[in-house]
Amino acid sequence: MSLLVLADHHDGHLDDATASVIAAARQIAEHAGGDIDVLIAGDDVGRVAEAAAKLDGVTRVRVADNAVYGHQLAEPLADLLVSLADDYAYVLTSASTNGKNVLPRLAALKDVSQLSEVMGVDSADTFKRPIYAGNAIATVQSSDDLKVMTIRTTAFDGVGQGNDAAIEAIDTVVDNSLSRFVDEELAKSERPELGGAKVVVSGGRGMGNGENFKLLEGIADKLGAALGASRAAVDAGFVPNDYQVGQTGKIVAPELYIAVGISGAIQHLAGMKDSKVIVAINKDEDAPIFQVADYGLVGDLFEILPELEQKL
Amino acid sequence: MKILVAVKRVIDYNVKIRVKADHSDVDLTNVKMAMNPFCEIAVEEAVRLKEQGVATEVVAVSIGPKSAQEQLRTALALGADRAIHIETDERVESLAVAKLLKKVIDEEQPQLTILGKQAIDTDNNQTGQMLAALTGLPQGTFASKLEIPDDKLQITREIDGGLQRLELSLPAIVTTDLRLNEPRYAKLPDIMKAKKKPLDTKSPADLGVEVASKVSLLKVETPAERKGGIKVGSVDELVDKLKNEAKVL
Repeated sequence: MSLLVLADHHDGHLDDATASVIAAARQIAEHAGGDIDVLIAGDDVGRVAEAAAKLDGVTRVRVADNAVYGHQLAEPLADLLVSLADDYAYVLTSASTNGKNVLPRLAALKDVSQLSEVMGVDSADTFKRPIYAGNAIATVQSSDDLKVMTIRTTAFDGVGQGNDAAIEAIDTVVDNSLSRFVDEELAKSERPELGGAKVVVSGGRGMGNGENFKLLEGIADKLGAALGASRAAVDAGFVPNDYQVGQTGKIVAPELYIAVGISGAIQHLAGMKDSKVIVAINKDEDAPIFQVADYGLVGDLFEILPELEQKL
Repeated sequence: MKILVAVKRVIDYNVKIRVKADHSDVDLTNVKMAMNPFCEIAVEEAVRLKEQGVATEVVAVSIGPKSAQEQLRTALALGADRAIHIETDERVESLAVAKLLKKVIDEEQPQLTILGKQAIDTDNNQTGQMLAALTGLPQGTFASKLEIPDDKLQITREIDGGLQRLELSLPAIVTTDLRLNEPRYAKLPDIMKAKKKPLDTKSPADLGVEVASKVSLLKVETPAERKGGIKVGSVDELVDKLKNEAKVL
C-alpha cells in the first residue's frame, strides 16, 4: 500500500519541509513497500507541483487546484484527503501549523488515531515521538489500517532533487460552508526561515526590550542566521510570536544556536536542544541554559554582542 | 450561548519528569499535578465571554481518574457554572477523548466548545481537531483572539509566519494558543464556593464509548543527554572555538 504526503507550500513555493517528510516516507517504504505520492492542494499551484515532481523518491504528484483549497483551511482539505485516503496506507505531512490543523481532522473522519511529531521510524508500524516537551521519547506501535502522522522535519534530512515524477490533476472539489478566510498578516523577513536555518540567533527576556533585538540582527546578518526568541521575549512584546522557539513555538535543529539572555526553561529547550552546537550568553552563571550549551559565556550581553558582531 | 470547556489534569509544567526504570512510562507517582496550561486559557476565555454577556453558561468537562475532579473544581472556582467528570482509570488517547466529548456536545448542545491546543504531557495537538471532525463543526485552532459579533465567530489564529483571520459558522470548536489571554488565579472565597457547584460523574460506558486505542505505548526512554560543554572567558575565545573546534563558522 502506498504513502501520501501532503505538501507544505505558500505563495506558490514548495516549502523545504516537504523534502523532509518525503525522507520519512522513504524510510517507512523501506519497511512497508509502496509508492510515495505527493498531494498539492491549493489555488494556482502549478509551480508548486513542478517543484514537488523534482523531489527524489516521489512516484506521482497529485494536484487539487481549486479556490476552495486556497488558504489550506482544515474543513475542505480534510474532506479532500478523506476522498483520497482509501488508496493509501499512510498519510503524512509536516508538523507545521497546517499539518497540525488538518491531519487530526482527517484521522478522526477515518476513525483512526494520529501520531504527532514522529521523529524516528523503527518499522512499518512502530515509530518514535517526543512527549513531555521532549523530555521523554515514546516508542509507539499503531495497528490502525490507515496510519496518519505528522513528521518532525528537523529529525529527517530532506531528499534531493533529481527526479521527474508524473503530475496528474485531481478534479475533486468539496464544499465548504463552515469556514471562511478573512485575511492574514505575515511577518516580513529577509532572513532565512526559522525552521530551516543553519544558524539561529535567539533572544530572551534578558534583551530588555524590542529595540535591543537590533543587537542580534547585526550578528544574524553576519552569520546568515534566522532570528528566534524565547516565549518570555514574545510575551513581553519584544518580537512577534512566530519568532518563538520552544514546545509551543517552532522546533529548530540548526548547526549553530546562539541563545542570548535566555535562562533555558524546559519549554524553550524542547524547541532547540537538538541543535548541533549551542552557545549561551547570559549574565547568570547558574542559568539552566549552560547545562546544554557547548560553549557558554557569562557576562553582560550589551557588552558582549557588539564585540561579537565586530569579531565575526 | 452555552460554552463547553474541556480541561485535562497533567503533570505541573515546572516539574522535571522522570522515566520509570522499566521504561514503561513516565513516573507520575507523588508528582505535582495541575490543569494543563492551555486548558487554563480555555477556561479563562469562556469566563470572559460570560462576563461580557456573550455566554450564559460555562460547563467544564474532564476525562480521567477520580483525581481529575480537582481540576474541575479549579475550573468552577475560576468561573465555570457546573462540571462533568467522565471517570476512567484507562489511558485515553485523543481519538477516544474526542468521541467522549462528542457525546457531551450531543447532550449539552453548546454553541462554542473551547479546548487547549495541546496537552503538555502527550504533546499531541489533536483532540480539538478530532472533535470538530466527529461533530462536523468548523474548527478554529491556535486561537489568539476571538470575537462573536453576531451569529458568526471571528477568530485570529497563530500560524507559521504570522496571523490568519477566519470566520466560522456557529456552533464551532476552538483551541487556544498561549496568547489568547492571561488566565486569572482562583480566589479563596471562589474556591470555597466552587465546592458547592454541581459536578456530575459519568463513565465512558454510560456514554457508549470504547476507550481502547489501536496505538500501544511500547517504551518510554530518556532522550540522549547532551555532553557537558565548557565556559569560555572572552568573545575572542568563543569565536576561536566556534571556528576551529566546532567548525560551525
